Amino acid sequence: MSLEPFLIIAAALFCIGIYGLITSRNAVRVLMSIELMLNAVNINLLAFSNFLDSGNIRGQVFATFVIAIAAAEAAVGLAIVLSIYRSRDTVDMEQFNLLRW
Amino acid sequence: MNLSDGVQVVSLVILSAMVVAAALGVVLLPNIVYSAFLLGGVFISISGLYVLLNADFVAAAQILIYVGAVNVLILFAIMLVNKRQAYPEFKLSGLRNTVTALVCFALFSLLTVTLTSTNWLIQPATFKLTSTLVTIAKHFFYDYLLPFELASVLLLVALIGAIVLARREFIPDLKTDGIVDPDDSLSLLEKPREQLVGTK
Repeated sequence: MSLEPFLIIAAALFCIGIYGLITSRNAVRVLMSIELMLNAVNINLLAFSNFLDSGNIRGQVFATFVIAIAAAEAAVGLAIVLSIYRSRDTVDMEQFNLLRW
Repeated sequence: MNLSDGVQVVSLVILSAMVVAAALGVVLLPNIVYSAFLLGGVFISISGLYVLLNADFVAAAQILIYVGAVNVLILFAIMLVNKRQAYPEFKLSGLRNTVTALVCFALFSLLTVTLTSTNWLIQPATFKLTSTLVTIAKHFFYDYLLPFELASVLLLVALIGAIVLARREFIPDLKTDGIVDPDDSLSLLEKPREQLVGTK
């Protein structure tokens, strides 16, 4: 077992998340892509914590904080999507132009 | 971790294949319900990776919080906004997808080249922790106490904010005669909100 495979998996997951974040039309799928990216960061934190800091696992503490923040982010994000859906009657990202000008 | 090296390598290969395949399914499948269930698969596979990294507490928290809370929340949101509509095409969408795929692949290649050519200062695991749980608890209650308390305040704020954002603003008028119209008996008790200017 070595460090590199985990980092490569995390990089792949992060890039897939960026692709989904930019190309999705559905707002819920955008939130799902954000969750993918947060999980990629967590894999990185845990891999470094296991291989570079194994006596004093600070990476796991940070990963727990990231999980807590991600849960809060998902709740607020989905509430915003629901609120926008009620007022605009669509979840298409291309039609959300409330803050454009 | 007491598994032998061969078992660890085989499970790493299987888990990473599952993670990447399910993540591609989340992003690329046209039906969003399938995407949501595949997202649960991604979370479970990632928790397997955490077990391979000797992080048992974080693996359990991952399953509890992500699969048990976040994924269920996403499924509820999909059910609440389940509107089957064909999104109107706009020009340059194919070009945007191609350019995004190229940029993402280039970023992945750059990251891979960088992290394989770096000399990581890997410590030999000289001693084994008795329990990750005890170590994490000491971190939480000694040197990371302030972020820990701030996280709980932030969760409370997010809870209240989500309720305020998502609750219905209109209380339906009670009918005076008490007779419920059979057409309205199963509908949502919400007046249609005025559409904002600029929709379509």
